[in-house]
Amino acid sequence: MCPGDQALELCMDQSLTKSLSKNQSEIPLSVYDLTVAYHRKPVIWDVGFEIPPGSLVGIVGPNGAGKSTLLKAILNLIPIASGRIQVFGRSLQQNRQRVGYVPQRESVDWDFPISALDVVAMGLYRQVGWCLPLRRSHWKAAQQALERVGIGELRDRQISQLSGGQQQRTFLARALVQEADLYLMDEPFAAVDASTEKAIIEILRDMKKAGRTSLVIHHDLHTVPEYFDYVVLLNMRVVAHGPTRDVFTRENLEKTYGGRLTLLDEATEAMRRRERSM
Amino acid sequence: MSRSLVQQDNLATLIIANDGRKQHPPRRCSGQLYSTAVSICLLLLTGSTEVMAQQNWGSLAGSLTVLAQSESTHDSLTDRTIEWPTGAQWKRVLTLQDYNTRVVVLGTMLLGMAAGTVGSFTLLRRRALMGDALSHATLPGVGLAFMLAPSLGIDSRSPGILLAGAAISGLAGVGSILFVRNMTRLREDAALGIVLSVYFGAGVAILSIIQQMPSGHAAGLEAFIYGKTASILASDAWLIASSGFFCVLVTGLLFKELTLLCFDEGYAGSRGFPIVGLDIILMAMVVMVTIIGLQAVGLVLMIALLVIPAAAARFWTQNMRQMTMISALLGGASGLLGAGMSAVFPRLPSGAMIVLVSGLMFFVSMVAGPARGVAVRLYRRRTLNRAVDRQHLLRGVYELMEVAGRISRDRHDGSKATDPVFVSFADLLAMRSWSASRLKQQIGRSVQEGLLAANPDSSLALTTKGMETAARLVHEHRLWELYLITHAEIAPSKVDRNADAIEHVLDPEMIERLEELLKRHQSVQGVLESPHPVSKEKIDEEHSAAGGSER
Repeated sequence: MCPGDQALELCMDQSLTKSLSKNQSEIPLSVYDLTVAYHRKPVIWDVGFEIPPGSLVGIVGPNGAGKSTLLKAILNLIPIASGRIQVFGRSLQQNRQRVGYVPQRESVDWDFPISALDVVAMGLYRQVGWCLPLRRSHWKAAQQALERVGIGELRDRQISQLSGGQQQRTFLARALVQEADLYLMDEPFAAVDASTEKAIIEILRDMKKAGRTSLVIHHDLHTVPEYFDYVVLLNMRVVAHGPTRDVFTRENLEKTYGGRLTLLDEATEAMRRRERSM
Repeated sequence: MSRSLVQQDNLATLIIANDGRKQHPPRRCSGQLYSTAVSICLLLLTGSTEVMAQQNWGSLAGSLTVLAQSESTHDSLTDRTIEWPTGAQWKRVLTLQDYNTRVVVLGTMLLGMAAGTVGSFTLLRRRALMGDALSHATLPGVGLAFMLAPSLGIDSRSPGILLAGAAISGLAGVGSILFVRNMTRLREDAALGIVLSVYFGAGVAILSIIQQMPSGHAAGLEAFIYGKTASILASDAWLIASSGFFCVLVTGLLFKELTLLCFDEGYAGSRGFPIVGLDIILMAMVVMVTIIGLQAVGLVLMIALLVIPAAAARFWTQNMRQMTMISALLGGASGLLGAGMSAVFPRLPSGAMIVLVSGLMFFVSMVAGPARGVAVRLYRRRTLNRAVDRQHLLRGVYELMEVAGRISRDRHDGSKATDPVFVSFADLLAMRSWSASRLKQQIGRSVQEGLLAANPDSSLALTTKGMETAARLVHEHRLWELYLITHAEIAPSKVDRNADAIEHVLDPEMIERLEELLKRHQSVQGVLESPHPVSKEKIDEEHSAAGGSER
């Protein structure tokens, strides 16, 4: 027991944090009224959703729907016009270590003079600390992550010598090595071979079993019901979100992909014209 | 020039300067005209397009040189004409006997190392040209510092005040670029071009005003434009060396953070690394290297030391750490050799020398670099082409023999020719669209490798070794064809060409998987039968059809 007021407080504090870190029902990600604009042109409007813990969530929507923008806004990589984002009930800054990111493969220069293992090790830079070199244990962890995605033998290969699927696996390994609880992935299945797609989805399912949550931008509508148990349908705004079997309906998809947002488009265009004349 | 004019000049100086100090009139020397001409020629020789475009500027700088010459007395290295150095001079410079030369040359070497190190990161961050704009933007600062120093009670020729001016106006230049880029819809390259030229133009204007000022003993200012090791004192060299060392140290400490910044900015941001802060640190080091490099390399050519060693190093390695080290090495060598040459030939601008040395190193790296140099690439391509030709040749011979019915399929241990069969060159040439000379060359190489035997009438036969290889190649080709037909639904008539493009990159592991998939193993069933006719007429038809459809 905890005699004394101060000790009691401390005791409660401890039990609270313990229950928080253990608690599986903690919401990994909540987005409230998020609006992002580039050059005053809105890219996403009033986006709000919550995702359940330990789920495998697909973000689906047409090109230019703001899917990548949404991920970047969640990660605080781009300024947001309005809205609020919570990660495991706190701000991103407080919980950054628990969030892993797999950027789009095309976002980097694969001609860069580093090896596959070097890329994976980048996932540990935060843990290693500023100005310090990586220790043997770090390299070992990076090697294990590469093996987990099935390309352990390619560790020393310069990254332009990897196939597209292998590059994507390298990026995934870099996120895995961080041991995050929430993963945001920008099109990990884009232009990869069938075996890589299978390997990635296996890993995502393993993570789900371990209670980790993944938010994945996905393009192939055919595989959505098979891969994801929760979807967010996005086209500048959230058309629908919820369990896949409830939300992933023909009607909702038509709303997402059909140009039903003409008024919004026109308003956007008018704003751009005004911006230009200014 | 008459004596009275000089006196008048002197009087005016005293009146305008009005600081009570005794001003020395410029000591005009008899060799002035000649000296000016030589200076202009030299400035043109530096090969800088800006000099070419602005002849007026060249002559201005030339005049400045003359003024500087008439003033300078501090330096034994200053010479009036280009003379081939005597043996003693060579020895003195090369063995670094003179203290000043030694410090300056070594200081420039450290500068090159720092520029090479920092340059590796700016190159990979695609910010290389930022350094160019920055260095050009330093000129007005140098001029203004020179003009304003006396009113602050500082000697206007002290390098400290000039470099401080350079740093301030260089930073203002970078700020202007960011301002133009962020406030308008112009892209960064346009912003760079605008800021670079405007600042440089302002600097030129300010220097010409200084030249007309009676107090304008613009001594040493021209060194900031084209670089002049002779104008560097030991104290400056120590500043260069220590700043250079500092930059190398910082890059070494922040190596992994800066690498991450250059490779994947978005990921770095997602992990909470301060992108803007790291960019500022990188930019600050560029500023530092540029400022300390002004005297040795000059602002026009400073960019070379930031770009060339790093770009050259990329040809040698696929590893970031090694690239940075090689870049530092090449930069250091450029600084050392360039400054050394400038010390031997004091009238050659050291900036030009340094750039020429590093340019030579770049050329060598580009050609001979083992990681991605031109020679290696050409060699690899040639090797690949030859391997492809060889495969085509052997398969061609095999298929001709097959058409002639001279290959038995009875044996379980693979295909065997019933007896030596000869294939004519003309038939082979008709097999595919290859030139006679290329085919002949490949036949020659295959004969040398012991795969083919040639008769005097230029008909050919496969040797035992050649037969083995050919059978394997044909088997692999047909495996792939079969796969394309059964799994990729490609028409049998088109499959030959499609397989052609891919079979050369098949590795043993993929062959195994194909065999597994198609349940056809070479050792059990011999070479696969072709899934399409291989008779000559048929092949000709197919080729014309395939050629037509490809286009």
